[in-house]
Amino acid sequence: MSNVVLLALTGLGLGALYFLIASGLSLIFGLADVLNFAHGLFLAVGAYGTWWSSAHLGFGFVPAVVFGVVAGTATAVLVEMLLIRPLYRRTIEQVLVTVGLSLAGVALLQAAFGADPLTFPRPEWATGTTRIFGAIVPNDRFLLIGAAVVVLAAIQVFLRRTRFGLIVRAGVEDRTMVTALGINVRTAFTLVFAIGGAAAALAGALAGVYFGNVSPGQGTSLLIFAFIVVVIGGMGSVTGSAVAAVLVGLVQQFTSFYAAAGVGEASVVLLLAVVLLARPGGLAGRAT
Amino acid sequence: MTTTTDASGTVTADDVRPRPASPRRRWLRRGLPVAAFAVLAILPFSTVDLPALLPGQVNSPGSLQLLAICLVFAGLAATYDLLFGRTGLLSFGHALYVALGSYTVNVAVTKLGLALPAALLLAVLVGLVVPALLGAVALRVNGIAFAMVTLATAQLGSIVVMSDPGRLTGGEEGLPLSPDAIPGFLSGVANTANLYWLALGYLVVVLAVIAWVVESEPGRVWQAIRENERRMSVLGLPPYRFRLLAFVIASFLATLGGVVHLFLVGGSSPQITTSNFTLAFLVMVVLGGTGSRWGAMLGGVLYTYLDHRLAALGTSDAVAGLPEVLRAPLSEPLFVLGVLFIVMVYFLPGGLASLTARLRGRTK
Repeated sequence: MSNVVLLALTGLGLGALYFLIASGLSLIFGLADVLNFAHGLFLAVGAYGTWWSSAHLGFGFVPAVVFGVVAGTATAVLVEMLLIRPLYRRTIEQVLVTVGLSLAGVALLQAAFGADPLTFPRPEWATGTTRIFGAIVPNDRFLLIGAAVVVLAAIQVFLRRTRFGLIVRAGVEDRTMVTALGINVRTAFTLVFAIGGAAAALAGALAGVYFGNVSPGQGTSLLIFAFIVVVIGGMGSVTGSAVAAVLVGLVQQFTSFYAAAGVGEASVVLLLAVVLLARPGGLAGRAT
Repeated sequence: MTTTTDASGTVTADDVRPRPASPRRRWLRRGLPVAAFAVLAILPFSTVDLPALLPGQVNSPGSLQLLAICLVFAGLAATYDLLFGRTGLLSFGHALYVALGSYTVNVAVTKLGLALPAALLLAVLVGLVVPALLGAVALRVNGIAFAMVTLATAQLGSIVVMSDPGRLTGGEEGLPLSPDAIPGFLSGVANTANLYWLALGYLVVVLAVIAWVVESEPGRVWQAIRENERRMSVLGLPPYRFRLLAFVIASFLATLGGVVHLFLVGGSSPQITTSNFTLAFLVMVVLGGTGSRWGAMLGGVLYTYLDHRLAALGTSDAVAGLPEVLRAPLSEPLFVLGVLFIVMVYFLPGGLASLTARLRGRTK
């Protein structure tokens, strides 16, 4: 029983991390058709921003995370405005540019901070454990799950209750129509990049807490699983991403524990194959 | 497909039919590549010293090794272009097949004690069966979903290799090729020239196969699928089967490339299983120019050469004299390549292969 609780909470924590990355990816893909490989870079900027402000500016944990998130958001907005926007409607080129960015950006971080993992500043309370139903659960799991729930709620409120959210939702459904109605979708592009960048940067900071260290390549490996989550959940759907993230996190944790290391990843890939063959549009996708 | 129109604006039969090239141009098209490959073939006999470009004399082992690696990657880039440029399949899992070739032969001879011919036969078999099976599933979906499925399967391969099942793959350390298993003419620094010819042979075979299939009936269907998929299925040519054919051919050639790569670097490293390895092929193909005869090859050579030489440049005196802000990024080859790649996407979308057409257009 205690094993099950621990595995479930760890799986949910991992799922929370995937969701934070996948939600932005999904929105960006849904609205702008850009498969954003630079998302791993936003994540890394968030992680290194948090680490740097804590190590060099002496920030506490929360201000350091805020600093990291602001840095990640700023990077995302700059990337959208300077590099993605000029290639409007040329989606293959946009994807290629984000691929180039992810290569160059990770290399730049490696040049600045070194290739070795750096020890991440973890707050006192995140290193402790809590007993739940007989299981000893590290506190950082709750931090991850809490952050993901807050972000999910915030994105939902933004999408359902604000005017910009309405434009984003309409743009995901049918961008041509929204443009034809005289609404400038490009502002919404910048907005989804900002939201995605902020969520990814937060994921970077929290991944630092979860893994205990930060390295330049960390974003890339997390990004692959986030891509899988986006595809399983259905491109463009934030709720779908949330469901898929929980599913992938749980499947990965339970199979790794009860079978063998590596089987967890294999079952995630299997899950992807099964979902795509049964519902090519993903869980939230319309059946075609 | 574009057709030119005459002055009245109507398309005539002559315009649609490919014009026979003038004898001089045809000679150039056929003769120039033959001459270039002849020069490449006799390079190991050259003692020319190109101090800035190569680590030593052209026929020194260091230079030949670098050139051979460039040639192998040129071939691998061409196999990726068969998917991306010729058929319009964006795969993020091409590295899987390179790794498949390298690790199959390596594990078979080094760990299982098979004879080299048997191991090669096994690699050929695996290189046909695995892409056929995985492709059959992955190609059920299109576009981005296909890209994601290939990414996921390749990631799975990477995780398997890293986890070192049964102590076969060597995990993160990689697996050096057992020296006893290498035939005499390929082992040792003295035989680098033979490895170079092996790499050149691989490139020639890949280019020949691709040139042949692209001109054949399936090749025309691939192009048509890329242009207008729905029309092809209405015409009764199922895109699925033709895509699968392209996928298997490209993956099989990549598997062979993995085997050549194994002999060249003397082992298998988990680096060749990563998604970044696949992204490198994408960068090469776009740098060179997609779907063209020589583009992918040029891109492969340029990328590999820069990747290796920029690392040397990063530690050279010229860069060491620069202030820290400039020196640190310049010592990271991937930073320079990534930036170069973005610049190319913006300013030369057709890649290097479009340069000649552009220059010709300007002089007209």
